[in-house]
Amino acid sequence: MELCDRSAVELTRMLRRREVSSREITESVFRRIDEREETINAYITTTRDKALEQADLADIRFRKGKKISLLNGIPIAIKDNLCTRGIRTTCGSNILYNYIPPYDATVVKKLFQRGAVLIGKTNMDEFAMGSSTENSAFGPTCNPLNPECVPGGSSGGSAAAVSAGETVLAIGTDTGGSIRLPAAYCGIVGIKPTYGRVSRYGLISYASSLDQVGAIARTVEDCAMLLNCICGHDRLDSTSAVVKKPDFFRTLNEALRGIKLGLPREYFVEGLDKSVKDQIMKAVTLLDKNGADIIEISLPHSKYAISSYYLIATAEASSNLARYDGVKYGFRSGDHISHTGKMYEETRRKGFGKEVKRRIMLGTYVLSAGYYDAYYRKAQEARTLIKQDFERAFEHVDCLITPVSPSLPFKLGEKIAEPLQMYLVDIYTVSLNLTGLPGMGLTCGMVDGLPAGFQIIGKAFEEETVLRVGHAYEKLAGSA
Amino acid sequence: MEYEVIICFETHVELNTETKLFCDCSTRYGASPNSQICPVCTGQPGSLPVLNRKAVELGIRAGLALNCDINRQSRFARKNYFYPDLPKGYQISQYERPLCENGYLEITGDDGNPYRVGIKRIHLEEDAGKLVHSSSSFEASEYSLVDYNRSSVPLLEIVADHTRNPICSVREARDCLEKMKQILKYLEVSECSLEKGQFRCDVNVSIRTRGSRDLGNRSEIKNMASFKHILDALQYEIRRQSEILKSGGEIFQETRLYDEQNKITMPMRTKEDAPDYRYFPDPDLVEIEIDKEFIQEIEVSMPELPEQRLVRLTERFGIPIRDAERLIKDKSVSDFFESCAPHCDNTKTLNRWITRDLFRLLNDSGLTMEQCPIRPIEFSQLINLIEGRDITNNIGKTVLEEMFKTGRDPASIIEQNDLKPIDDTAFLEKILDEVETENPDAVTLIRRGETKPIDYLIGQVMRKTQGKAHAKRVWELIQKLLAP
Repeated sequence: MELCDRSAVELTRMLRRREVSSREITESVFRRIDEREETINAYITTTRDKALEQADLADIRFRKGKKISLLNGIPIAIKDNLCTRGIRTTCGSNILYNYIPPYDATVVKKLFQRGAVLIGKTNMDEFAMGSSTENSAFGPTCNPLNPECVPGGSSGGSAAAVSAGETVLAIGTDTGGSIRLPAAYCGIVGIKPTYGRVSRYGLISYASSLDQVGAIARTVEDCAMLLNCICGHDRLDSTSAVVKKPDFFRTLNEALRGIKLGLPREYFVEGLDKSVKDQIMKAVTLLDKNGADIIEISLPHSKYAISSYYLIATAEASSNLARYDGVKYGFRSGDHISHTGKMYEETRRKGFGKEVKRRIMLGTYVLSAGYYDAYYRKAQEARTLIKQDFERAFEHVDCLITPVSPSLPFKLGEKIAEPLQMYLVDIYTVSLNLTGLPGMGLTCGMVDGLPAGFQIIGKAFEEETVLRVGHAYEKLAGSA
Repeated sequence: MEYEVIICFETHVELNTETKLFCDCSTRYGASPNSQICPVCTGQPGSLPVLNRKAVELGIRAGLALNCDINRQSRFARKNYFYPDLPKGYQISQYERPLCENGYLEITGDDGNPYRVGIKRIHLEEDAGKLVHSSSSFEASEYSLVDYNRSSVPLLEIVADHTRNPICSVREARDCLEKMKQILKYLEVSECSLEKGQFRCDVNVSIRTRGSRDLGNRSEIKNMASFKHILDALQYEIRRQSEILKSGGEIFQETRLYDEQNKITMPMRTKEDAPDYRYFPDPDLVEIEIDKEFIQEIEVSMPELPEQRLVRLTERFGIPIRDAERLIKDKSVSDFFESCAPHCDNTKTLNRWITRDLFRLLNDSGLTMEQCPIRPIEFSQLINLIEGRDITNNIGKTVLEEMFKTGRDPASIIEQNDLKPIDDTAFLEKILDEVETENPDAVTLIRRGETKPIDYLIGQVMRKTQGKAHAKRVWELIQKLLAP
């Protein structure tokens, strides 16, 4: 097994025993990138020189001993919507094609402080708007398991890189399923923590009340390790939660016995691909047999989730993306135009891609005078109802098990002309962004060479339980 | 037909905080362009706002002084519009649930009675940056530059209520503006310097037939840089609207710009062109929870209001009410008085020299009290010299003028300009001797116990010494040599 294919936990152990150096691991990752990146296109920017430099520094820290973070020397890829000082950050958009942030996102800062080795900035749907990583100004990313298929989105670059061994760990962001979906589609693991668990400072906003930073890795254990390093209150993010920081790693191996898992009726009806459903039910049976109680529950307002989500997300996006005007940074068109308003129009017309423009227009409409109450306020009301559904369900269960997506990974280009079809890919994931709840996407078997995914949903700030169930499943499935 | 005027102010004041509303950048005025900026106030992708607690405190302080209800829950909203000085493409302001609501400001009405002008709401918002054009006007400029130093400096917007006791005349408008500025300065909420753009006003004006309940279409006037401009613009706008009504015309709801050169208002945009700001709650900021304790804390630590200071000046320092009113009108004047008072032997003399002599100098030079070059401690030294009769009133005035001109202390001015009074007893006795010889009648009267001729004799000594004799010493000598 190549070093780049090993789990982070394993590599950490090897590094500590001095069986391997961070430079060797990093070089192994870049060899893989040289082999596969041309097909996969997981990265917008790779930072080879910086990575080797960081790897050498990590190796020096190992030689000097002393308190060393678990992440020291471990390769990591960061989605290109998190600001990295001095390293181009594009958000997958032409409008930021040349943007070099003057500061590090809080998450990035934490990773660097702990000695992680940055491999590069990963491809994504422009401004995280999309479910397939096809909406990138830097070309689509392909699914490493089958390059004809999409890797899911919008953190498709991060998921594909992890899946292909082009990194060991990756940071993704999730506004409507953007970590969980690509993780499931690429046959790996991704967790979206509770809203407020990880700082959003430096995450280029798509929809502020829904965006959350999370971890993508090849094992649940790796996810827990990475989450440990990036979570915590941040003074620079007013929406970041002041809660105790648990050790997600320590509780991983607690027994499954007695844990109550809910299956929401509304998530297993028409629209869900049978082959996916079968795989999920196999996973449920496996958990059932090994001590978990399976309880059917109801989330009656689920049908409002997709529409509420697209109203709220686009409304916030229309405002969040107003700053890309060609005045201060990024792409500008129409330098010859003396009229400021026309310069704005030119810049935004040429700078943004089709899907982004569609969502800006939708959101602008949603917030317009006379429509606000009918759309935005109504959507917020529905959001409250959906939240209450989950609260009620969690009175009876510890976690919920649901699909991640209605189908297996689809083909590149298959849904790009049908935005509504594409929006429905997120039908099982958006509720967690509306409610802020934590959720993990992982794989439960292969169908025709493609992974089927399932989702574990937890109570607010109880990621431990989600990770615990996920880890238990992984062990059971691995030995089955 | 008789018309009635309804005037309504929307005032923006820059808050007196050290740092900006949503980041730690300094708010200092006059720094070199773009030297007080960071990722947050320049709208860098990914940056997030964090609310400045001090700004909330100052906002509530203003709300309490203007008799408002303080909302226990308040939130920020985004006001979306595009402009190069607005780095995020939206301004963080407040819409639903402002900081304070339903207050009033008491002024003197046109009938001479107290009149409580309704205040609808007070809210916090961030200022925009500043455009600097390459030539005098925007149109003629080849390029424009943006200075983001002012971006996100905290502003308090105070909106008057046109339905509840609106202002009805230009005189009331002036009173209202002056009162507002006075209170905000006393509260240390804002420095309210119009020159620095710390106090900005938009005015809504409408006219209706007297007794009508209908409010009539109003025009909003913008772009006025001083109280005088505001009042001139009002005057013009009232005349313009009444002429339209008199000739049977119709007034349209519109926004107009004041043209200070021609003292007129010009149409800017009509109601139809009014932008849709698409307000919605800012998801980057959480709701502001204001608890009772916080409000109480602010109440307890409220700086003194002008009315309270008036009472203190009259009661504690025995200043006549009319003078006290003049002293408190401008906070910096009464601050000056209070800085001097502890060092002065006689606060009444202090008051006289401020309201009479210092005011005259400030007036003549067109300076404000803040710009006064005299330090309180040195002003107090002067007062004590006069009070102790170490120098005469006349020399006192000369010294004051010199202090005002040069900023030097009174002792060195007296020393260097040879204004030091002569207190050489032998010399003074000799002069007094001469004066006595020349005025035997006065001497006789004094010996009989009359006091009036004493001043006359002192005056004569002064004449002979070109006013340089030490008045107090001369008086003592007369007492010693001539008193019965």
